[in-house]
Formats: sequence, structure tokens, C-alpha cells
Amino acid sequence: MNTIKKYAGLIWMLLGPLAIYYLVKTAAGEIEKKPFLDTWIQWGVFTIVALPIAAGMVIFGYYAWQGEYDHLPEESEEGLIH
Amino acid sequence: MNQEKGIWKVIGASSLGTLIEWYDFYIFGSLATVLASQFFPKGNPTAALLSTLATFAAGFLVRPFGALVFGRLGDIIGRKHTFLLTLVIMGGATFAIGLVPSFESIGFAAPIIVLLLRLLQGLALGGEYGGAATYVAEHAPVHKRGFYTSWIQTTATLGLFVSLGVILLTRHALDVNQAKSIAKFNEWGWRIPFLVSIVLVGVSVYIRLKMKESPLFQEIKDSGNLSVNPLKESFGHKTNLKMVLLALFGATMGQGVVWYTGQFYAQSFIENVCKIEFDQSRTIIIWAILLATPFFVIFGSWSDRIGRKWIMLGGMLLAIVTYKPLFQGLLTLSDLSNQVQLTGLKQIKKTTSVIPGTTDTLRILTHQYYFAEGAIQTVTVKDTAYAAAGRVTIKPDVKSFTQLGSSAYWKMVGLVFIMILYVTMVYGPIAAFLVELFPTKIRYTSMSLPYHIGNGVFGGLTPFIATLLTTIYTGDKLAGLQYPIIIASICLVIGALYIQQGVHDSSKEKINNA
Repeated sequence: MNTIKKYAGLIWMLLGPLAIYYLVKTAAGEIEKKPFLDTWIQWGVFTIVALPIAAGMVIFGYYAWQGEYDHLPEESEEGLIH
Repeated sequence: MNQEKGIWKVIGASSLGTLIEWYDFYIFGSLATVLASQFFPKGNPTAALLSTLATFAAGFLVRPFGALVFGRLGDIIGRKHTFLLTLVIMGGATFAIGLVPSFESIGFAAPIIVLLLRLLQGLALGGEYGGAATYVAEHAPVHKRGFYTSWIQTTATLGLFVSLGVILLTRHALDVNQAKSIAKFNEWGWRIPFLVSIVLVGVSVYIRLKMKESPLFQEIKDSGNLSVNPLKESFGHKTNLKMVLLALFGATMGQGVVWYTGQFYAQSFIENVCKIEFDQSRTIIIWAILLATPFFVIFGSWSDRIGRKWIMLGGMLLAIVTYKPLFQGLLTLSDLSNQVQLTGLKQIKKTTSVIPGTTDTLRILTHQYYFAEGAIQTVTVKDTAYAAAGRVTIKPDVKSFTQLGSSAYWKMVGLVFIMILYVTMVYGPIAAFLVELFPTKIRYTSMSLPYHIGNGVFGGLTPFIATLLTTIYTGDKLAGLQYPIIIASICLVIGALYIQQGVHDSSKEKINNA
């Protein structure tokens, strides 16, 4: 199971940049179709929000690849994690 | 017995405030069309820009920002005072929206004020949920956390229920004549749901003021173990950051899209794609919510016995597999082409009126078609007859909506009920799940951010991306479902692989806040 978790990490690392590529591509297409300031704002907000999330996905993948999720804590400080 | 009574007071005080916050946040969205006509007039590019900002910035940028601001505050000064503050900000902003004069009265000041107030609403919402969930969880016995926090989980859906109910009631209560009542509502009555909020918030603040600080927080405060920099400890240290990322990509991301698809996209689909009339498209959601809400508590409680993981992931799996047939079912129920039309009952009404300030005439032609199964279809064609010779209306404005017969109506309630049942599976246990992932001293900060990115960003994007997909794949009315299905699938795989399954075992229980 840990091997699957580790190699799946590579997929998650790729998923981040891939999502940004599709987002920017779609944003460019939509802005070209409706070249107004509010279209820019809308897609600008999406991109600003998506960048740290995509970065988070890459970090998540990297941690998985490093085996950080092989053994998670079974209990928080007050009891069992369900 | 006293402890049992105490926890119900905690749940009551927390849930009421959180419900009101959700209500406040949703009435803005539910009244978007009316608010647009009051504050963001069509054809004005600056107003359109402000409207776009109000729609997107409040949900996507400010909510996660509010999670960071108030999460940090809640881990430093305490849960009680922080979620009191978010409630006051939310209530004040909502009440103030109800008082803002229209664009016609004060020009651009109106949409700018509304935009600022909407941003305040987003900020407050970002801080509220984490505080309420943490507060209840830290009062609850460890082996019943799922059950007790599930009451907090009902509030988001009930907030939507109350907002839809108050809007429908107000819309029909302003005049005996329904058409006049709706006209009055669109003119000034829309302010009532916003103004009512201050009374609800007042009651909730009064109740919350009487509550004590969370015992677990108080304990670490007394022992001098509070976090000095919760943001750094939550997101700057690998040990905690990896749990934040797991919470986001393995749970809240999928929960967010299932939540928004079952409640918001379903409503939008029924109204705009199935073309069901305004009141029915809302009462269908209201009934489904009412019937499904107890399941938040059922699944929350069940998660205490069998674990949270597979209930949440089970909800996602069911959504992935059945969304397409369920939405196809909504389309089939609204399709009148297979129904028998009662041609003898067909009604045609034509009205004409001179457009003020011109010599042109507005013509409205209304056809009503009746069907054996009880459905009534109304088609309205509006066009202008120009006085000037040779000038004709290029494209008449055609609107069609259907009032379903009783059988189709209740079948639609049943289909939406199933979708909201999935919501209760993914959402019922998630507060307890998030609370248990993080240590007390940085819990408010650590759980708020993944929740608001998952619910607010991934979930909040559902209606926009789904609509965008339907404009790209015009031949497929179900194309919009690709987004929630793909996001929920990724989340399901991540959750299944990486989240640890645990079942409560009282022999292992320990309460140690040192």
C-alpha cells in the first residue's frame, strides 16, 4: 500500500501544473470571447485562487512521494482520529 | 446529567449563530437578480464590474482569508470571543445591505457600499464555521464528537432552507394580489430578509455572550501553552501542513462539490435547464432539505461507531456513480414532449401597452398549455411594434416555464432528496474529522482554511464551471456534471489511499492536553 501511495504522489505532483495549464488556457479563450474588464477580473480571481491550491497539490504529491503519509498519527492529543 | 444539559446549551448557542450566518450569506445569493436590478444596472460596465467582484471575490478570495484572520485570532484569544465577533460582523453587514439606497438614488456609491458589505460577509463566514465546530467538539465527549458536531453540520443546509423560506414568504405576503406582491417585493420587499437578520443576530449574540470558553482551550491557556504564531505552526511546519493538505485534497474538496451540486446546482438546473417555475424550483429544494436534514445527525452519530472515512467517501462514490442518472431523471420529469396535451384547455392572452416616452408598443403574448398529468406550460413572447415604418423586432424575447403536476413534482423532490442525502454523508461527519486531525492550540486556524477552500472555492466554483461546460458542450445538458464528478473522483482516490481509518475504542481514550 505504501508503494502505491508513494508512486501516486507523482500523479499529484503533475496534477497541479496540469490544472493551471487548463485554467490559463480556458481563461485566455473566455477573455478572447468576451474581452471586458469583468471577464478579466473573474478569471483573474480564479487564477489567483488556483495558484496556491495547485502549489499545495504539488507539495502534497511531494510529501506522498517522500513517504510522509506512510504512517499517520492514529490519535490526536485528545483521542483517536477516526 | 448536568454535563449532558451543558452540551446541549453549547450546541444550541453555536448552531443558532452559525445557522444565522449561513442564512445571511445565502440571502444575498438567492436575491442576486433583484439586487442586480437595484444596485448593478444592466448595460453599465462599472456596475457590472462591481457585481462580478461582489460575486467572485466574496466567495473565493475573502472566505479563505477570513479563515486565516479569524482562525489565528481564535487560537490566540479564544473560540468564544472570535466567533462572537464574526457573528456581529456578519449580522451588521447583512442588516446594512438592507438599508443601502438604490443605484437610482445615490449612484455608484450604492454598488460600492454593497460590494464592501458583501466582502465583510465573506470574511465573517470564513471565521465562523471553524470556531463553532471547534467550540462544540471541544465540549463534547471524545466518543460522541461525530454526533454532537453533526448538529453544527445541519446549519449550513438549514441556513439555505430558512433563506429560501423567508424569501418565498415575503414575496407572497406583501399584497393579496400575487402579481402586486411580487412587484412590491422586487421594489422594496427584498430588504425585509436582510433587515430581519439583525433580530436573529441580536438573540444569538445574547445567548453566546452567556457561554463560557471551550474547556480544552481554557486548559492550554491556563497552562501557558497557547500558540504564539498559529499561522506559522499550522502551515509552516511539515508535520501539520501535510495534515492540512490531506484534509483539503482527501476530504473537503470532494465534500465541497457534492454539497454545492446537491443543493445549488440542482436548484439552478431545475430552474434554468428544466425550466420549472420560480416557486416550484425552490419548494422542491425546501422539501428535499427538510426530509434529508435528520441524516446529518444520523451519519454524524454513525461515524462515532464505524469511523468517519468511509461514510464521507461513500457519499462521494455514490455521487460520482449516480449524478448523471439523477439529473437525467430531472430532465425526463420536466420533458413535456411525451405528455398528453389537453388542447381544449389551451389559453392565449395578448396584451399591448405603449412604451412610455415613445410611440412604440410593447406586445406580450402568453400561451398556456395544459397536460393530462397536471403540468402547465407557460410561454411568453415579448416584442416591440415600432411606430416607424419598416422597423421590426429582430428577435422577440421568448420565455418558457413549466408548473409540474403533483406526481412529477414529488418525484423531483425524491431525486433532490437523494442528492442531499449524499450531502449529509460527506458533510455530517466532517467537522469531527477535521477537529480530530489537528492539535487544540492551532485547531481553529488549521481546520478553517482547508474547509473554506474545499467548500468555498471548489464547491463555490461548481455553478460557474458547470455552466461554462454547458456552453462548451452545447449538445449535452449534463456536461456541467463533469466538474463535480472529476473533483469528487480525485478526492475519493486521495481519501481512500491516504486517510487513516479509525474506529473509536473507549479503552484507548485519553484526554491529554498537556
